[in-house]
Amino acid sequence: MPALNHYLVLSAILFSIGTAGVFLRRNLITILLSIEIMLNAVNLSFVAFGRALGSADGQIIVFFVMTVAAAEAAVGLAIVISLFRHHESLNPDQFTALKW
Amino acid sequence: MTAETVLFYVFAAVAVVASMLVIAQRNPIHSVLLLIASFGALSGLYVLLEAPFVAVIQIIVYAGAIMVLFLFVVMLLNAPHEETGHDLAVHPLLRPGPLRVGGVLAAALVVELVWALTAHGGESGAFPSGAVSSVAAIGRSLFRDYSFQFEVTSVLILVAMVGAVVLASRGPTGRAR
Repeated sequence: MPALNHYLVLSAILFSIGTAGVFLRRNLITILLSIEIMLNAVNLSFVAFGRALGSADGQIIVFFVMTVAAAEAAVGLAIVISLFRHHESLNPDQFTALKW
Repeated sequence: MTAETVLFYVFAAVAVVASMLVIAQRNPIHSVLLLIASFGALSGLYVLLEAPFVAVIQIIVYAGAIMVLFLFVVMLLNAPHEETGHDLAVHPLLRPGPLRVGGVLAAALVVELVWALTAHGGESGAFPSGAVSSVAAIGRSLFRDYSFQFEVTSVLILVAMVGAVVLASRGPTGRAR
C-alpha cells in the first residue's frame, strides 16, 4: 500500500522537474507549463496530507490553487501574447527593456 | 503487491515521464499535450487518495480548460520553436553555460527533498481508514468554513479576466499596446 511518504516523494520529484523547466528552458510558454507542473506537485502533496489527516481541507485548498492557476494562466498568456506582438519572440533573453 | 500499489507506480511513472518530456520538447504543442497526459495520471493518483472530486476537477478544469487555453495561445502565436540557430543546433536541455547550473540546482533539489522525506526511516505514514471524500462534505466545508475565501476567489477571477482583456487587447487606434 502506498503511504504518505510515497506521495510526498513523487510530489518532490514533480516539483523539481518543474523547477528544472523554469531554469533550463528559454521559451515563455514552456516556462508557464513548468509552473503548472509545480502547482500540480503542490496539489498532490496537499491532497496526500489531507488524506493522512482525515480532513477535507486539503481538497479545498486544491480547489483554490486551481483557481489561482487559472487566473495566472490567463494573465500570463495575455502578457506572452502582447510581448510576442512587440518582439516577435518568445525567448525571455530578448526582453531586456527593464534590464539595468 | 496489491493492485493499489501497482496502480500507484504506474500513475507515478506516467506523471514523471510525461513531465520530464514536457520540459524536453522543442515544440510547445507537444509539451502541452504531454502535460495533459501528466494531469491524467495525477487524476488517477487523486482517485487512489480517495479524492474523486479533485480527480474530476483536475480533468475538467485543468486538462479541459487551462490546457486548452495554452493550446489556443500556442496555435495563435504560431511560433512553435525557439528560433535562433543555436537553439536549433543544441537540444534545449543540453546547452552550456549558466543553464547547466539550473540543471544542477534542480538535481540538488530532488536529492534534498527526497532525502528530507525519507531520512527519518521507521514508519512511512500509512493512511487512516476513514477518508473524507464525499462532494457533500467538501461543499459543506467550502461554503461554511471557507465561504469568505470562496467569495474572494470571485474577485480574483474578475481581476484576472479584466487584466487579460486589457493586456491582450489593441488600443482604440488598432495599435497594439
